[in-house]
Amino acid sequence: MDFTFSKEHQLLRRMIREFAEKEVAPLAEDIDRDERVPFETLRKAAKLGLMGIPFPQKYGGAGAGEIGYCILMEELNKICGSTATIIGAHTGIGAMAIYLDGTEEQKQKYLVPLARGEKIAAFALTEANAGSDAAAIQTRAVREGDHFILNGSKLWITNGDIADVISVLAVTDPALGARGGVTAFIVEKEFPGFKVGHKEEKMGIRGSSTAELFFEDCRVPAENVLGMFGGGFLTFMKTLDVGRISLGAGCLGASDKALEMCMEFAKSRYQFGAPIAAKQAIQWMIADMAIEIEALRSLIYRTAWMLDSGQTGREFSNMAAMCKVFGSEVACRAADVAVQIHGGMGYMKKYPVERMYRDARITRIFEGTNEIQREIIARNLFRKVGLRLR
Amino acid sequence: MKVVVMIKQVPDTNEVRLDKRTGTLIREGVPSIINPEDKNALEEALKLKEKTGGSVVVVSMGPPQAEDALREALAMGADEAILLTDRAFAGADTWATATTLGHALKKIGDFDLVLAGRQAIDGDTAQVGPQLAEYLKIPQVTYVRELVVDDGKVKATRALEDGYEEIEAELPALLTITKEANVPRYPHAAAIMTAYREQEVALWSAEDINADPESVGLKGSPTQVKRSFTPPPKEPGQVIKSAPSEAAKDVVAILRQKNII
Repeated sequence: MDFTFSKEHQLLRRMIREFAEKEVAPLAEDIDRDERVPFETLRKAAKLGLMGIPFPQKYGGAGAGEIGYCILMEELNKICGSTATIIGAHTGIGAMAIYLDGTEEQKQKYLVPLARGEKIAAFALTEANAGSDAAAIQTRAVREGDHFILNGSKLWITNGDIADVISVLAVTDPALGARGGVTAFIVEKEFPGFKVGHKEEKMGIRGSSTAELFFEDCRVPAENVLGMFGGGFLTFMKTLDVGRISLGAGCLGASDKALEMCMEFAKSRYQFGAPIAAKQAIQWMIADMAIEIEALRSLIYRTAWMLDSGQTGREFSNMAAMCKVFGSEVACRAADVAVQIHGGMGYMKKYPVERMYRDARITRIFEGTNEIQREIIARNLFRKVGLRLR
Repeated sequence: MKVVVMIKQVPDTNEVRLDKRTGTLIREGVPSIINPEDKNALEEALKLKEKTGGSVVVVSMGPPQAEDALREALAMGADEAILLTDRAFAGADTWATATTLGHALKKIGDFDLVLAGRQAIDGDTAQVGPQLAEYLKIPQVTYVRELVVDDGKVKATRALEDGYEEIEAELPALLTITKEANVPRYPHAAAIMTAYREQEVALWSAEDINADPESVGLKGSPTQVKRSFTPPPKEPGQVIKSAPSEAAKDVVAILRQKNII
């Protein structure tokens, strides 16, 4: 087993780290305070091919695979959760849906400009009455000649108000429900009847925007059906599976950064005549954080490697869910311990620790709550031993 | 126009620590990078290529792992990469290094401009550029922070301690570039993948460049680095506070005691 990253992935990581430290870091505090999307950063990222890292070069991507994409999410999240979330929603789920299930024409028309960062993507699944119960969505798509007319609304969509291209899930046959009655569509913001609603104010990742989307007799051409007609649920779940690995990778980066900050602080903060690193309580906190981070690192990159080497399937899906659960919980614990180790400094806005704490919290909730992930994992495990649960 | 850029792979001295016992650098586990001012030289070459077309060739002399520095240069936009690697090149001082690089340049032949960083962050000698120009018998301008190529000539702005010089030289010429010249570009993510997966780095041995083995490597080195160390910090001086005539007597006494006079 060779656990080393390839040379090209090592160089990619170095480039991204330098980019994150020089271009992303200076804005992190401001965009969080002012709830501002850093468009200038997105432009710079696009110029370096960072908006389409996993996609093949023939679709305008960098061809760096899921491993390359996890490296991007890991390094960006060390510096700025908001910037990472914007790019994550764009690449990891918005554009990813089109990459996984788009026709060749759709990929050329939509994936290429998205991969190049010329356009921004979003992924619209969640509704007021359909979060974890994704099958309960009510946005309706009715065929009318060579168009579909969409009616409904989506809630809490990252990049919702800045996206040019949105992957949307809608009901095409209420009688069939999730199995055959739901279809995915590619919606352009210019389509008549598409409206962006309210932008939410959030606890964390405040530099990313989260908005309501409205479809009022929104006309979508029939050729914009994404994936199989009636098979939208599968398209969206498949996309979320892949998205979960990189979300875990982002959590890995954030946890690693938290550990680094804790160690720096514990080394230089003197109390009782010695650095607080000399106290066993602090040492054990550090050791426990480091143990979890190493375990997470192995989990993430092994799962990414599975995807890159074509080993998709139920086993992979389970691993992806584990990446999400473990990653988010490690990140939240690390952020909490970081606040504690930093003491008063950990609570003050002039220090980046409190922002990391606020940014981490959402990871246990979005892209499939950890409760749902645990259900998925358990069901998959029992299915392997012959018990089908529902 | 063909521009050849000389680069060196060096340890990232920002990350290097000092072994307090021996006073030497601890190189273990330290990442290797393209020497920073060589990156500035490469950036100048890439800017020239964008303006006037042509090609950029990067050349390095080093052990096999120096290939990574050349791959990074390809990812930044260089067209061709050559690694001079051979046991015979090992142990070279700046003179032998310049001789080796000179042989390679003679083999490349049709270059218009040679660019190199002013100096390497590990050796800090700033000698190889000028020695290489001498070997090739082409004009050299060092400490360049700005250059313009026009009509077979290069106009360079030289940054000195007390001011600037504007120098014009006929091509082919060699320039050494300082960090003030530019901010090197990041390599594009796709180019990083391509540099490793699709592009080639040519490996040239002593034989490939027709080098006499006595003129390269340790054998070709008139100087040998015996030891690199950080000198101990200077002790604070002694302040003599008495009146001038008294102070003069005290100073003379001290100088006599130290056998200086």
